[in-house]
Amino acid sequence: MTTARAAQGSLTAPHKLDYTYKRSTGPVLGRFFGGLRDGRILGVRRADGRVLVPPKEYDPDTGEALSELVEVAPTGTVVSWAWVARPREKQPLGRPFAYALVRLDGAETPMLHAVDAGEPSRMRTGLRVRARFAAERGAGVRDLEAFEPADGAPVEPGWPRPLAEADLPEPVELLRIPVKLDYLYSAGQAATRFLRAMAEGRLLGQRCPVDGKVYFPTRGACPEHGVPTEGEPVDVKDRGTIVSFSIVRVPSENLAVELPFAAINVLLDGADTTFTHVLSEAKLEDVHMGMRVQAVWLPREAWTASMRNIKYFKPSGEPDAPFESYEAHL
Amino acid sequence: MRDVAVVSFAQAPSVRREPDRNEVEILMPVVREARERSGLRKDEIDFICSGSTDYLAGQSFAFVAGLDAVGAWPPIAESHVEMDGAWALYEAWVKIQTGSANAALVYGFGKPSMGDLPEVLALQLDPYLLTPLWPDAVSLAALQARLCLEGGVVSERAMAEIAVRDRGNAKANAFAQVKGDFEAAKLLAEPYLVDPLRKHDCAPISDGAAAMVIAAGDVARRVCRRPAWITGFAHVAEPQDLGVRDLTRSRSTELAAEKAGALKGRVEVAEIAAPFTHQTLLVERALGLGRDVAVNPSGGALAANPVMAAGLIRIGEAARRIHDGAARAVAHATSGPCLQQNLVCVLEG
Repeated sequence: MTTARAAQGSLTAPHKLDYTYKRSTGPVLGRFFGGLRDGRILGVRRADGRVLVPPKEYDPDTGEALSELVEVAPTGTVVSWAWVARPREKQPLGRPFAYALVRLDGAETPMLHAVDAGEPSRMRTGLRVRARFAAERGAGVRDLEAFEPADGAPVEPGWPRPLAEADLPEPVELLRIPVKLDYLYSAGQAATRFLRAMAEGRLLGQRCPVDGKVYFPTRGACPEHGVPTEGEPVDVKDRGTIVSFSIVRVPSENLAVELPFAAINVLLDGADTTFTHVLSEAKLEDVHMGMRVQAVWLPREAWTASMRNIKYFKPSGEPDAPFESYEAHL
Repeated sequence: MRDVAVVSFAQAPSVRREPDRNEVEILMPVVREARERSGLRKDEIDFICSGSTDYLAGQSFAFVAGLDAVGAWPPIAESHVEMDGAWALYEAWVKIQTGSANAALVYGFGKPSMGDLPEVLALQLDPYLLTPLWPDAVSLAALQARLCLEGGVVSERAMAEIAVRDRGNAKANAFAQVKGDFEAAKLLAEPYLVDPLRKHDCAPISDGAAAMVIAAGDVARRVCRRPAWITGFAHVAEPQDLGVRDLTRSRSTELAAEKAGALKGRVEVAEIAAPFTHQTLLVERALGLGRDVAVNPSGGALAANPVMAAGLIRIGEAARRIHDGAARAVAHATSGPCLQQNLVCVLEG
């Protein structure tokens, strides 16, 4: 989450999910992707002789293991299509196109891909199409860039073609598949109230109506009783007691603090729940349970509706808190 | 088999975008209402099961936050399915069948307005062959619709009439999102959204939540004047690859309906969770519903479709009809692209 902004009451912030999955392909799909890299399309033969494209490891009807790979034609016929007038960014083509189920010559089952037809009037069920391969390959199913109309291309005989061991493409064993998604995250009522108070340098807790416990930070619910923490928020102090800590020596992405540092679990004065922050301005060997700490804030002009207004905690110099005062939070 | 009944149900109004509340804040009043209406104490409900998907929020383990809404201390017996709450209900029903619980709270919630739902749903597809092509959910449904149209299984007119019926029924449903009086001829004059689907063929995108309490025999009889007994419950999945499926019929709904015994008695009410008009027609056919059945009196998923709750809501709506005096109802839920997996629940008074 980056900077928060107000929209219709609740604070919102853009949230980007960005993972690249590394996927092992296995013996069947590995050869299929190897075929695409080489500009060929492979299927797998079922016991009854019919050919599945893309190939499957198992027969979807019988569960029988399948392994006899064959090659099908780069030409095929559109079985169904949907016209995408406004393609999304990640979709195969940057201009209007059709998603289509295409039955390649020699295959029993159609496969899903894009047809680069230019305009919807060129699309029809029964349209003959031909595979167009990407210039750079080795990336999986997108090595097949799209199908394009091939009006009048005859259904060529001779497909599927058997593949001897020597004819099999070298497999692609690992694929890197990025998943990027954009969200506009909304904080909700309780977190919005909490973050707006942060922007004024206040730390707001909320009380459980059942047992009076003060939750900090609050998400709007007492997770113990499953009830809303309604009612007036409670101001919590920006100083408290270290309940637990650990010394972090392992680097990690998105970490703004220099290694090694102490991650501390703090019980703020006035709160009944702990939260985690960073301790600084202290020797690591001095950090201990019961140590009193206080928040070090960013300069006032830098405050936003964010937890980051607190840079870190530092020792307050007060005498240690007695064990009984935080024993219940261990 | 133990007798198990729906004893209470509650839902949030479905809206295109919930501006103020996060998921827990949407869920909390719904869970509270279902619990209060059940007449059961918190400690009498000895199992909790939920349905949601973390990709809606883009956060791993996002569903754990949902537990704030139910109160999870002292520790509770709890489970979660990355599916519609209807499947969470199935798990809870099985749990009660095993004898290890007597009453269960089930909930489902979704706030898809934070992302691009048709795109997010591409993540439920084959991650090697399909997700990298990012086919959105509407495009996949359009491929299926064309097969049905060109195969003579449905017509654009019949699809529009489904929208007219469900949006009209939804006028009586305070929780529905798309409702009102429409004419098929006017809807058919609208442009295509993704050819051959028009906007009215597609369920709305909805933020929402639902919760339900089910209980075994004596418990249900004690707290509910007219329990909605679950007399049949089954779900069946088809293969993941669209190319190997017959997309012009819903074979898995047929099988689930058969296993659940949906047609072993007269069906008064049917609630269908299909998010597209042609799919609603396919499911109606697969369920073998006669002309005398009141289909989607709530408006169905075409009037309100909070993903991960829409199926549970169908079961809740059907149960509500039983509570109100109906004798027998069938509810349907679906998951995956183009009706890949279907669930049928039979309820009787």
